[in-house]
Amino acid sequence: MKEFLFIYRRDVNNIPKGSPEEMQAETKKWIDWIGGIAAQNKLVDRGNRLQHDGKVLKSTTMITDGPYAETKESVGGYSIVKADTIEEACEMAKGCPGLANGGSVEVREINPM
Amino acid sequence: MNEEKLIPHLFRTEYRKIVTVLCNTFGMQHIETAEDIASDTFLQASETWGIKGLPENPAAWLYTVAKNKAKNYLKRDKILSEKIIPQIKYNTSQTDEPEIDWSDENIHDSQLKMMFAVCHPSIAREAQVALALRILCGFGIDEIASAFLTNKETINKRLFRAKEKLRSENISAELPLPNEINNRLDAVSSTLYLLYNEGYYTSQNEHILRRELCSEAMRLTFLLTENERTNLPQVNALLALMSFHASRFDARINEKGELILYDDQDETLWDKELIKQGEYFLRQASQGNRLTRYHLEAAIAHWHTCKEDTKEKWESILQLYNELLILEYSPIVALNRTYALSKANSIEEAITEAEKLNLSQNHLYHALLGELYKHTNKDKAALHFESALQLAKTAEDKQLIQRKIAALGC
Repeated sequence: MKEFLFIYRRDVNNIPKGSPEEMQAETKKWIDWIGGIAAQNKLVDRGNRLQHDGKVLKSTTMITDGPYAETKESVGGYSIVKADTIEEACEMAKGCPGLANGGSVEVREINPM
Repeated sequence: MNEEKLIPHLFRTEYRKIVTVLCNTFGMQHIETAEDIASDTFLQASETWGIKGLPENPAAWLYTVAKNKAKNYLKRDKILSEKIIPQIKYNTSQTDEPEIDWSDENIHDSQLKMMFAVCHPSIAREAQVALALRILCGFGIDEIASAFLTNKETINKRLFRAKEKLRSENISAELPLPNEINNRLDAVSSTLYLLYNEGYYTSQNEHILRRELCSEAMRLTFLLTENERTNLPQVNALLALMSFHASRFDARINEKGELILYDDQDETLWDKELIKQGEYFLRQASQGNRLTRYHLEAAIAHWHTCKEDTKEKWESILQLYNELLILEYSPIVALNRTYALSKANSIEEAITEAEKLNLSQNHLYHALLGELYKHTNKDKAALHFESALQLAKTAEDKQLIQRKIAALGC
């Protein structure tokens, strides 16, 4: 089996600001989805969420605020799964709750060093 | 208690004390000698007590005889008499004879140290359980063999190899250092949990023996909670988990010895004291920042002590199963999680998820799908139950599935 990185992106200007109950329901969807991958024994690392803001270095002197200066999509988190093919990994990614909110999942095969 | 019953009873409770105390005094390398001395002591007891009647204090009698046998052995053994005895004398008293400390405290301490030696990572897991049953629980070889559904030779070989390891790896009976206590306790915990599960889930008819395996696992786990160095949250969580499961012991088997599933159990038969005990240890477990599988499993087992189906109950159980799977995969947990999904979310979602599990060679997988389909598609349910029946290995499992098929009524 190969390992694949799921990179979750979403539009930072359009993050749903729901009630605590709605946020909780959203979290549940994510954990149910990750739990489903784990139930297939295909989860390598549940990964993490990322803070909204960050810095980008283009050289030792050029540091800009926010990774999303030029694009409205920003990485919100990542996970690592295992699958035989990238198609199988994509099939898993179809269940990602972020997709329903206009987010995206980038699927990349990990090339071990 | 008459002599006929007393000797087996004492064998169960005193054999382990004699062996562990002798090992603690003379070193783990002499484990086989310690066992020989303990066995000889019991042989002598059955001969002498049969003729002269029971001594006033049988346990003390055994300790004295064991001590004398140890002394005789020491006189004959050059290495022991030249290297070990001077050390023991130095450590204890100034008399000419080596002292053996039979105080409760030392017995307790010796068993605790022995637990860490027996569960040393260099010994194979199955052998750890066999060795624990022999040395820490005083089980006979034939009892261990029947607990593992195997023969005496296999168990003897397993024990022999385990003791070889104790010697060749120079494993000493010591409590681990504080920096390694977590890792070593994980190994001890998982062996105790295996021992417990061996009693709770293995399929065989010797109900009494099964129950004894569980209570021994609980006794040893309890020993860990009594020492401040080993009384860590994960140990309390494990004991909570064992207590919750044990509370259903009487309710899960009927008079005919058949297994009764959770849904069909009479909850008035659940042992309230054990549930309370589990709650106590679960509270003790909720300290520190390490969330172990035992915490999650104990929390799930705690929800199951409340039989009523509520949305909150199943949602909580589902999330605990999610966390458990994220921490560590196991096919059984994956199937249980899917069942919780059917209760918390929907049967349709659970069926879709179940089909992704890739466990079609597992009878429980088909039993689960049969269960999920039984309300909406009886034909499919029947097909899955039939597959489950073919894959099931034990008579108890087959019987349960046949009851399910009969209940479908098609």
